[in-house]
Amino acid sequence: MRDVAIVAYIEGQNTSATTLSPVEMIVPVVHEILNRANVQRSDIDFWCHGSCDYMTGQPFSFVSAVDALGAWPPIMESHVEMDGAWALYEAWVKIQTGEANTALVFGNGKSSAGDMNRALTLQLDPYVVAPLWPGFRSLEAMGARAAIDAGTVTERQMADVVSRSLRDAADNPNVLAYGYRDADELLDEPMTANPLRAHDCPAMADGVAAIIMTTADRALEMCDRPAWIRGIDHRIDFQNLGLRDLSRSNSAALASYHAGVTKDKVDVAELHATYSHHEIILAQSMGIDRSTTRMMPSGGALVANPLMAAGLARFGQAARQIFKGNADRAVAHAAQGACLQQNIVAVLEGN
Amino acid sequence: MADDILRIRTPIGIDYTWSSGPGSVVYMRGLENGKLIGRRCPACELVYFPPRNGICPRCGVLLAAEVEVGPRGTITTFCIVNVPFLGQTIKIPYVAATILLDGADIGMQHLIQECEAADVRMGMRVEPVWKDKSEWTPSLENILYYKPTGEPDADFDVYARHL
Repeated sequence: MRDVAIVAYIEGQNTSATTLSPVEMIVPVVHEILNRANVQRSDIDFWCHGSCDYMTGQPFSFVSAVDALGAWPPIMESHVEMDGAWALYEAWVKIQTGEANTALVFGNGKSSAGDMNRALTLQLDPYVVAPLWPGFRSLEAMGARAAIDAGTVTERQMADVVSRSLRDAADNPNVLAYGYRDADELLDEPMTANPLRAHDCPAMADGVAAIIMTTADRALEMCDRPAWIRGIDHRIDFQNLGLRDLSRSNSAALASYHAGVTKDKVDVAELHATYSHHEIILAQSMGIDRSTTRMMPSGGALVANPLMAAGLARFGQAARQIFKGNADRAVAHAAQGACLQQNIVAVLEGN
Repeated sequence: MADDILRIRTPIGIDYTWSSGPGSVVYMRGLENGKLIGRRCPACELVYFPPRNGICPRCGVLLAAEVEVGPRGTITTFCIVNVPFLGQTIKIPYVAATILLDGADIGMQHLIQECEAADVRMGMRVEPVWKDKSEWTPSLENILYYKPTGEPDADFDVYARHL
């Protein structure tokens, strides 16, 4: 295995509704991250992008994103119809094969372009589930209900997650929700999709996230304290919701095991928990002790959820904790699909 | 057996809000006023019409200066459409051409009318025929088609770089 590190992370300004085109959103972020790592375009030998055509309503909309990269002379690039975290995985594999040494990975999404609660439904089984248009929030409410009924999650724990996330968000200039609200106050709010309250659901955003990763011989040129990827794995659960125990995430547990999360203590975890109960289910499934691990210091996806970028942002935010010396060992996680169906997990270390 | 097969229709529909982005607004506003406005790349200095997404895809930078191009241009390549297809609105044979507008560095596609398909050729000079002004919208559809100007053909060297 080649040693690969995340050496730079930039996120674009998260907004509730931008008038920029997706390409115009990406351009400044690419420029900024190249500057941050102090590299030229020609230093990047693999570019990988994560986005979702259902969000823009345009087939092959990702092709136009290549315009943002300055693809002349020709570049080696790829795209995944997934969150940018899976683009990071593809880039990691590309580097492992020796076909590339330095990769720029980005994810972008314009949640404001349509009704994402409805658009995400198109990820479901197209014959017997998607035609019912259940709406994503309702499915996540089902997952939360299953976890509460199983006794693995309580409403108060969910409120505690929201309270902490909103508080942490106050220190992050790039969020759409923040504040100081204790659990009692939050539990007084009405439910919007039983057992979810409005604050249990993510603040949807338009945004971009970008990461540069490279190998051992160049990492220290680009970053004083690179975040070394010591383990990475992704797994998937059944698409059929009826075949799954929604109170836990088997695929997150497997990915966590193979990434080596529990081999040592975890200083910081950035989990892609878009609904408050996700954090609790994920920590339990992944073997992360929430009482000793600093959870989502950025505020997480609850306070800013730019679809298709929010997962990669967890990798970036976890890496930032390593860059700054706040953590020696961090866990980054991203999820896709309904009720934590697909999960990718990485262990990042400073040494 | 065929009677036992159950068929279902599951229509899919989602509404989207499309914003063209500031990079394309100048181009669209120009069309609304009968002007063809492209934009120049500050790095390679090529002029894009349309300035799609406001980006130079060669350089990966935002386009800058607004440049009025055309309205006349030169046919660089073309094809004669002889095949009828569902929804066809134009009488075949007709010509779809790539036109390099004067002052632009990339060709755009449009129809050629008011001449025999067999007479269309590379280097032919053409000009737009606009819809009635009362029907203009922020769209290239304001131009119905291009027609020959009758000028002498452009030298091959003029458009050789744009094929």
